[in-house]
Amino acid sequence: MMVTDKRKTSPLLILFAWMLVSIPMGWGLYFTVLNAMKLFQ
Amino acid sequence: MLSFLDRERSVAKAGFSRWLVPPAALAIHLSIGQVYSFSVFKNPLLALKAADGTAWSLKEVGYIFSIAIAVLGLSAAIFGKWLETAGPRKAMFVAASCFGLGFLVAAGGAAWHSLALIYLGYGVIGGMGLGLGYISPVSTLIKWFPDRPGLATGLAIMGFGGGAMIGSPLGTKLMAFYKVSGQQPIATTWVTMGILYFIFMMFGVFTIRVPQDGWKPEGWIPKTTQSALISKHNVEVNTAFGTVQFWLLWIVLCMNVTAGIGILEQASPMIQDLFKGQVSPATAAGFVGVLSLFNMAGRFFWASTSDFIGRKPTYMVFFTLGAVLYWLLPLTGMNHVDSVPLFVLVAGVLLSMYGGGFATIPAYLKDLFGGYHVSAIHGRLLTAWSTAGIVGPLIVNGILDHYVAAHRPKVQAYPVILHIMAGLLVVGFVANLLVRPVAEKYWIKTAATVKV
Repeated sequence: MMVTDKRKTSPLLILFAWMLVSIPMGWGLYFTVLNAMKLFQ
Repeated sequence: MLSFLDRERSVAKAGFSRWLVPPAALAIHLSIGQVYSFSVFKNPLLALKAADGTAWSLKEVGYIFSIAIAVLGLSAAIFGKWLETAGPRKAMFVAASCFGLGFLVAAGGAAWHSLALIYLGYGVIGGMGLGLGYISPVSTLIKWFPDRPGLATGLAIMGFGGGAMIGSPLGTKLMAFYKVSGQQPIATTWVTMGILYFIFMMFGVFTIRVPQDGWKPEGWIPKTTQSALISKHNVEVNTAFGTVQFWLLWIVLCMNVTAGIGILEQASPMIQDLFKGQVSPATAAGFVGVLSLFNMAGRFFWASTSDFIGRKPTYMVFFTLGAVLYWLLPLTGMNHVDSVPLFVLVAGVLLSMYGGGFATIPAYLKDLFGGYHVSAIHGRLLTAWSTAGIVGPLIVNGILDHYVAAHRPKVQAYPVILHIMAGLLVVGFVANLLVRPVAEKYWIKTAATVKV
């Protein structure tokens, strides 16, 4: 990830980075919640 | 050629946002956290037959996970000091290489029915990736977030819990896919996972940066008055290893983790036995899912909370509330209060504190020993986790085996186990209570040797 001197990191880059880790985490969370719901059936 | 991995090449330029660092750390922890979902491979491995028809036993397959966790602790302890000089980028790269390669070697073991190769691959090589990966982002996160070290490290270590949530469906679905396509499901799944995890961890490698010397968050002014337990000085790792405080925190972590294992090791059978006829195996699987949610949430919640209430008080909550709840947990069963929701809630709170214990310890170490060698010190402290990983199941399974051998109902064993866990938390309480500021004689004296 290249950042030029004295230029602040683009908010889009920060968003992209968080999306990149949040998507698989959300995917795993989804299946875990589905599994957890069996407790209430 | 690999000079881009050098620490000097990973120093952030002016304007770099520190909010890129937690995703880099999460990329590592979300990957290596897969180890806690290894059980999805247990039955498929047991079903794998050699050419002569022989199969592996439960005990033999169980050793794969145990070796990985043991090597995790040893690697973190041995390579922690190297990490401090090599920098997080190089450490993360080595971790990714070991973790990915471990899967590939283990895949060979599955393909050729060689348990030794699986032990070597997933256990040893993968275990080295686990240990180095676990500690690699810690000191960097603390440097970038001196105002909120609990939040920052909590985010990363929450990722380890999240990694199990990803690894479980990923492993299951890949095995199903390859089985349908007529391929050896375990070997092909492991090759795929090794490649995928390596690529994902490379995002962390390329994104991580260390702050420039003297950097601090914009507008942040360090507090002039704060708890005596928060040191403004640094302690070198070998020196820290010889302090009373290190070993008190070792006991703190070991007791907290052992107690959590007391539930994790037997969660599914325990809820079925305590609520016989009310809870089916499928429902019990749901209970395990709920526990993993509490575990993950607790890592972020308690570590962030510790930024406000302090580390020592946070562990005081774990050991006082935890001991009471462990004592009361068996009373929620059908022979007493008979409330599944209450049982689940109490177990969930206990697991949140199990996760919180892992996530808060790096900030506790930073408070006591400074940030200079915090990753190395953290690495050595993780031997407490390895110890708990051996002692915890020994206590649980030893007591269960005793009751089974004596033809006594297992439901009578759970109160014994949980009360022992409550007792261990009392030990942890005393250890935490005894923690005092590190004496001046242990501080690094020469500013020139401190590379921040």
